Amino acid sequence: MISGRCAACKYLRRRCPSDCIFSPYFSPSDPRRFACVHRIYGASNVGKMLQQLPPHLRAQAADTLCFEAQCRMQDPVYGCVGLISQLHEEIHMAESQLAKIQAEITFLNCTAPEAQGLQIIEANSNLNSLLPEQITTVGLYPQ
Amino acid sequence: MAGSSPCASCKLLRRRCAKDCIFAPYFPSDDPHKFAIVHKVFGASNVSKMLQELPLHQRADAVSSLVYEANARVRDPVYGCVGAISYLQNQVSQLQMQLAVAQAEIVCIQMQQEPVMPTSQTYPDEKSHFLHDNLPQYLNFASPSSVIYDNLKRESLFGHDMVS
Repeated sequence: MISGRCAACKYLRRRCPSDCIFSPYFSPSDPRRFACVHRIYGASNVGKMLQQLPPHLRAQAADTLCFEAQCRMQDPVYGCVGLISQLHEEIHMAESQLAKIQAEITFLNCTAPEAQGLQIIEANSNLNSLLPEQITTVGLYPQ
Repeated sequence: MAGSSPCASCKLLRRRCAKDCIFAPYFPSDDPHKFAIVHKVFGASNVSKMLQELPLHQRADAVSSLVYEANARVRDPVYGCVGAISYLQNQVSQLQMQLAVAQAEIVCIQMQQEPVMPTSQTYPDEKSHFLHDNLPQYLNFASPSSVIYDNLKRESLFGHDMVS
């Protein structure tokens, strides 16, 4: 069935057998997907990698191989490793920013006794029933 | 070079190592595993083509990234490097959430301290800098074990900062 060939067998100009290792993952409707993978890994290597996996994992493997091949074609020097480096950089920046904000929070909480006092009074409405001198917050309760 | 030992690739491929061998500068004979793993995943012919298409000053980095990818693929034949990318994207997402919570907390504290004067001292929103917003489809990959990524992390990506 020439019309039923997968993208791999069409590209390789060969008959597509019924048990073709590529056909479930390289549909003829997307010839560029196989072309990209073949250019980076080679059909033989892709076939071997898929053969070594259990069938239920092959689709995921084919997808990740395609992704890495596309990354490599877009960035011939770093491929998807460039993405990993960028993500490391973003994590480092985010961690630094988070540390700064957490330090700011600590600073604000420590250096704002008025705010702390207001919170204590609001949180404990029972304080209203106490004598002024029993409230230890300084400077808030009218003398 | 007469008398010098063949590079790792020519040793593995059992051929004469020419003086202009494209692999020789990057696959020394004392590290046969490096070429073996790249050959296993990509194939010598494909690696040669890729290197030939690059200017000389970029080939070392290209080899390093190919070795990294090949190692990742051998350790995780299903996800390869994409496993590491998914893991890192999750970390970025978690950090974004933590940042949002922390920023909200700052705003609350500032509003409590100066309720009359609404503050504009919020931190600038840097979400646009996060790469993962541009790669939504990769979050669909199931997160693999972080053990594999931790093992990869111990090997430095490159000997230097490669982010351009």
